[in-house]
Amino acid sequence: MGKRWINRIAVGILWACGLMTVVALGAVILYVFVRGIGQITPEFIFTKPHGVNAEGGIGPTIVATIYVTGLSMLIVTPVAVLAAVYLAEYAVQGRLVNAIRFAADTLASVPSIVMGLFGFAFFVEAMGLGFSVLSGALALSFLMLPIVMRATEEAIRAVPKYIRWGSYGLGASKWQTVSRIVLPAALPRILTGIILAMGRAVGETAVVIFTMGQAIYMPILPTDPGRSMTVHLYTLAMEGINIEAAYGTALLLMIMVLFFNLTARWLAARNRRLQG
Amino acid sequence: MTEPLEPRIVPPDAPGPGTPGASVPGRIGGALKMMSRATYIKEAALKNLFLACAIAAVAGVALIFVFTAARGWTVVEDPGLAAFLGGTEWSATLGRFGILPLVTGTFAVTIGALLLGAPLAVGTAIFLSEIASPRMRAIVRPAVEMLAGVPSVVFGFFGLVIVRPFVAEITGGMGFGTLSASLILAIMIVPTIATLTEDALRSVVPGIREASYAMGATTWQTIYKVLLPAAKIGIIDAIILGMGRAIGETMAVVMVAGNAPQFFKGLGAPIATITSQIVIDMSYASGTHRTALFGLAIILFLISMGLVALVRALSRLNARRS
Repeated sequence: MGKRWINRIAVGILWACGLMTVVALGAVILYVFVRGIGQITPEFIFTKPHGVNAEGGIGPTIVATIYVTGLSMLIVTPVAVLAAVYLAEYAVQGRLVNAIRFAADTLASVPSIVMGLFGFAFFVEAMGLGFSVLSGALALSFLMLPIVMRATEEAIRAVPKYIRWGSYGLGASKWQTVSRIVLPAALPRILTGIILAMGRAVGETAVVIFTMGQAIYMPILPTDPGRSMTVHLYTLAMEGINIEAAYGTALLLMIMVLFFNLTARWLAARNRRLQG
Repeated sequence: MTEPLEPRIVPPDAPGPGTPGASVPGRIGGALKMMSRATYIKEAALKNLFLACAIAAVAGVALIFVFTAARGWTVVEDPGLAAFLGGTEWSATLGRFGILPLVTGTFAVTIGALLLGAPLAVGTAIFLSEIASPRMRAIVRPAVEMLAGVPSVVFGFFGLVIVRPFVAEITGGMGFGTLSASLILAIMIVPTIATLTEDALRSVVPGIREASYAMGATTWQTIYKVLLPAAKIGIIDAIILGMGRAIGETMAVVMVAGNAPQFFKGLGAPIATITSQIVIDMSYASGTHRTALFGLAIILFLISMGLVALVRALSRLNARRS
């Protein structure tokens, strides 16, 4: 067999790999979409589940999901962005920076179930917050921290040096340069990172199941418990009750996650276009 | 008023502290401080605030470890380290908490996921960086990124209703077990491995690619003999991180593994992993049982930290070599 034939076969296999990845995504999305679309009615979105079969809607779980994600975003953004500012603008390479990076990498790779258990032991029990949106948001912020931190750091590093020199040349201080020149320029990419992290948080199950609880409850205060959409889907699927509602929940969940992902992509693309 | 923290040189005609434009460029920590005292203090305070935020990341990791360890370390006394690490039976009703069945379960699904997922992911990455036209790339790359965003509980649900019946046809039984879990995990680790492998391939200098083509090598020969060896360490890193994702994945595995803490009895037999056992047991565990679950969490934490350290060591090695 000549090298051209081997080449053709190998390239064909590589094509198949690329296409299979697309097919895998397509299969998951399409299947959930086809089976779930019939479920999506205003009643399903806005009313509470009731009865042993969890009939009716999933309203409280949608509220709980958005609530906990929004709250954790508010908690994590200032810390993560300022930490990244330190790493990208102030830090001198050395042991401390190395430790911070190692910690962030570890945080990014710690299995979510470990964070769930930690959140349960620390926020729910030790701090006495109980199963609550606040406990869930605090635990999720550990999950989001490395994502936002890395995105912000990369965004800041991507701002050209000469813009900073221009700012210093005009007599601006370090903080003036960072706050008025660097951060505004990096903002779109920082936002992209935050939105991606929120998409992760929306889809997270293992963390919220042990921190926010499983009770179907419409949370009003941050100290209220709640059941996220992911936990609801998990419960329905595992107990085999109301599989139709499970499809509907899965579809709404996918739509929310895709919304976050597509928004992030759109922001990134727009930013690339604007900066040429 | 005390003296400023560090000697400063302020031009005589500079505006006083607190007025706009009082600051003159100067580096905090440098020898020359040409800024007003107020500015200096503000800048230093901000710098320390940022540092505190950065340290929060370290503190977070330490907090997670210390707290999980505090809850789990008593497994050393009860059931005892040997019974915990070396025990061959995990049974809450019998009060036996030996992790070997769970470790082998995790091992089995991870190996299965890597065997199926790693070639697919590396192939996808090569396709993206070397073969696909820009238009093709514009379809495949977003698909890979979106695959990374699909919630694990949705993958688990998909596995439960689609993959499991399909596996049941092949292996007999209910289809809960190693094969179903491996198949789902294989799809889930594709984005992790593919993205990082593509980065590694892209960071190979174009010159050696061109040299290879100039010698008359085909695309495949260039990929196989030139690119893959050059990007080797990056690809190994990618696979290690994909492995970490498979080991740590929880919800998707819980939904398709069957959750029976027993040793591997075939591809179609139910199995439990470290992560899945925590989810299943946590809702009712108390006493020693709960301690044992936190013990499992410590093990997961140490595994992921070890893998991160390994990846960092490998990339340092790589950086030194090139």
